[in-house]
Amino acid sequence: MSARAHQHRLRRLALRGAAAAFAATLVGHPAQAQDFAITNATVALGDGSEPIPGGTVVVRGGRIAAAGAGVAVPAGVQSIDGQGRWVTPGLFSALTDLGLWDVEAVGESNDTASNSSPFGAALDVSPAINPASQHIQISRAGGVTRASVTGQPGGSIFAGQGALIDLGADNDAVQRRRAFQYVVLGENGGRIAGGSRVAAHALFRNALREALSFGDEGEGAPLTANTREAEIELGDDIPLDPRLVDNERSRGQDVLLTRFDAAALVPVVSGRQPLYVGVDRASDILSVLALREEFPNLRLVLVGAAEGWLVAQEIAASGVPVITEPLVDLPSRFEQLGATQSNMGRMVDAGVKVAIGGFSGDNQPRYAPQQAGNLVALGRVPGASGLTWGEALAAITSIPAEISGMAGANGALAGVLAPGALGDVVIWDGDPLELGSTPVQVFIDGIDQPLQNHQTRLRERYRTPQEGALPKAYEW
Amino acid sequence: MIPQGANPLKRLPPIMLASVLALALSACATEGTERASSSRAPATGEPYASTYRAYPGVPTALVGATVYDGAGGRIENGTVLFENGALSAIGGPELAVPAGFTRIEGAGKFVTPGIIDIHSHLGDYPSPSVQAHADGNEATDPTTPEVWAEHSVWPQDPGFSRALANGGVTSLMILPGSANLMGGRSVTVKNVPARTVQAMKFPGAPYSLKMACGENPKRVYGGKGRMPSTRMGNFAVWRETWFKAREYADGDRDERDLANETLAGVLDGDILIQHHCYRADEMALVLDMAREMGYKVTAFHHAVESYKIADLLREADVCSAVWADWYGFKMEAYDGIPENAALIHNAGACVVIHSDDANGIQRLNQEAAKAQADGLRMGFDIPDAEVIGWITLNAARAMGIAERTGSLQAGKMADVVLWNGDPLSVYSRPEKVWIDGALLYDAMDRTRRPVSDFELGQPGEGDVK
Repeated sequence: MSARAHQHRLRRLALRGAAAAFAATLVGHPAQAQDFAITNATVALGDGSEPIPGGTVVVRGGRIAAAGAGVAVPAGVQSIDGQGRWVTPGLFSALTDLGLWDVEAVGESNDTASNSSPFGAALDVSPAINPASQHIQISRAGGVTRASVTGQPGGSIFAGQGALIDLGADNDAVQRRRAFQYVVLGENGGRIAGGSRVAAHALFRNALREALSFGDEGEGAPLTANTREAEIELGDDIPLDPRLVDNERSRGQDVLLTRFDAAALVPVVSGRQPLYVGVDRASDILSVLALREEFPNLRLVLVGAAEGWLVAQEIAASGVPVITEPLVDLPSRFEQLGATQSNMGRMVDAGVKVAIGGFSGDNQPRYAPQQAGNLVALGRVPGASGLTWGEALAAITSIPAEISGMAGANGALAGVLAPGALGDVVIWDGDPLELGSTPVQVFIDGIDQPLQNHQTRLRERYRTPQEGALPKAYEW
Repeated sequence: MIPQGANPLKRLPPIMLASVLALALSACATEGTERASSSRAPATGEPYASTYRAYPGVPTALVGATVYDGAGGRIENGTVLFENGALSAIGGPELAVPAGFTRIEGAGKFVTPGIIDIHSHLGDYPSPSVQAHADGNEATDPTTPEVWAEHSVWPQDPGFSRALANGGVTSLMILPGSANLMGGRSVTVKNVPARTVQAMKFPGAPYSLKMACGENPKRVYGGKGRMPSTRMGNFAVWRETWFKAREYADGDRDERDLANETLAGVLDGDILIQHHCYRADEMALVLDMAREMGYKVTAFHHAVESYKIADLLREADVCSAVWADWYGFKMEAYDGIPENAALIHNAGACVVIHSDDANGIQRLNQEAAKAQADGLRMGFDIPDAEVIGWITLNAARAMGIAERTGSLQAGKMADVVLWNGDPLSVYSRPEKVWIDGALLYDAMDRTRRPVSDFELGQPGEGDVK
């Protein structure tokens, strides 16, 4: 019997009752963080290490207290028998459209792109994110507990400022506003900027120069009650620039950027806010890395980088991390001629920090484990470069969290089962990267989360398609 | 997709995109593999006939692997024999390997029939997906039964090689897109690299007519100020067109009429119907339209709401060609659920897992495995061997080629995949793929890795991809 078949059978047995037992143990107060421990589980820490059989995870006060082998359960902490199931950190999805649409192609429900807006860099997705969207609920049921959310470039090469969210079933999704700025400089950037990469680079450099001078001008701007920087929530939030509210300062002589857009780029050019740059072609990647000669404070993150493997050494030397779609292997655009599923493995081998991400539209966050699993499979294909199992899990947990700014600074540590990390924990009914596995329980900040949604309700209503004495509409 | 990459072709009109095609007709009917196109087509010989001939192979014995035969059978420590392009015997370890056969040890590995995708746009929407390559929708009239997808196929699409190497795909149906109510004829091909589409065409495969329900046609033509702009308009145009086709079919057919020749072929039962349709209520209306006009729907494609009418689909003997778990990308996909395939199967209706996507076609085995697992979670324990049928024999049936391929049965085409592990595991990949007994992909031998003209001299030429 193959490993998968064995796992399949185990799960069949487990299905009969174990899930109910789990639910009964912890469902008591759904909105409250509880102290608990999961014992007798295969624990994968998410830090790149291999899974630990017979491990224990302890969560106290909404944070991870301990995880691994030989961990004792503190007195008074409720213990759950993991029954050999798998436990991982919650998945961290980098660059998603979570909470920004109900139906992707229904324009009224879709807030991802602002094609006709006069603004670009100033766009801030935070107020638009809907924690109750089915997209978030379905992703939560897939084990996704935290994500970065970005708009898509519409009328400007600058898509605007993305946010970090958690996927908890509450009204408090946004954990960090203005967490990063996103700009595109490849084929898409060229199209938006006026028809060429040349136009995109000129527009980009001009925008940063305007922000630079705007920033200089802003030094010493009088702060009033209304213009005081926002409260810092997680330690390194990007506060509102004072000039986004009324003051007496003039704008200078530039003409291209609105005041809002120029102000929004001040933290980018000063290095206080990371700049995500979407590019795929090898030469485009090198052009982006070279921008730091002119703007040395830029904190770059490469997005896409389908041809990153061709310049992996240069990316590694720059220290710039990458967020990529790992299974892109078609030359679907001329900027992706070299696309291969080995891209990510080769970059990792060269020393680049790479996260799986770019989840928007049909490529949804719940597919992250399948993508990670495929990279493990590549390791058995001669000539291909894949990842180890531990690396693959890290690519959808700790690494995207780290790139997104949740690597531990100011108490914000996510995507890893380590002491002090946020209490995001998923219990799976099997190997989390395997196709047949699914979360049976999801905790966010130590709070047990509901996994029901529109899909699960439809599924149960149509368990048998025939209608009963009354129409299906009465079955709810 | 990473948002910077939004491909205008794919994204703007979700219609014209990959997710648009297909339906089919023979829903689990196994007939007519030898008839091509309308039986009353002009007697000048079959136009654009297949010139495909099997490539050379050697008599081969796969020994010791777990074998899924595609028809629901599973053999441990199996033996699969083929020679001269055809399967000669399938059995257990007792089956002797004849002299002269190349013996391939398969212990720990798995053997399946070649994977079949019933819904692809490879070649019609090839990579790179630039506007100059957008040849899948003749979106100038809501009914274009006169167009043939094969006349758009670019054989140099690099996507064919990915489907072969990563997906084990040996046959596929290429359909027109779903902008039109009647999009045109599909073409079924063997997944062999070739200079011409004729050299890919599956010999003797029946044609299908692609039709499309719902949002796409009414949006495309409503947006042009033309009929249809509503679902009721969709049906009105269909019915008018079918009534005229019936008139044509009942006449002497002397005058060439490309559109009506296709429709008459459907009414004659020679051309299958592959009908793109998402919503349950619309599928039920289409079934009534088929009854009204006297034809059969072979398969509903996309069919994200088949689970709501699985009983009706079973009674009508119609297959559902579906994704494992796509949902939410358009209004008519809002009620998509990952248990769709399992619920259809559980009701006794025919399931096919399709891709409609140049990436998805590389992982049909994985999609089938996910759909199986989603079923298991609601208590439907569908055996692995039956799940393999969703991407092999059921697809072949709905394409009208089940007498030739789709399962490991003596006499059928030797379309075979040797996997390096359980094909329903994420950790497995095709190791070798034979088409008509010819080894056309071998993960262990880079010279058996096809490279299209387009990729010659480009970064990554001949890479593993």
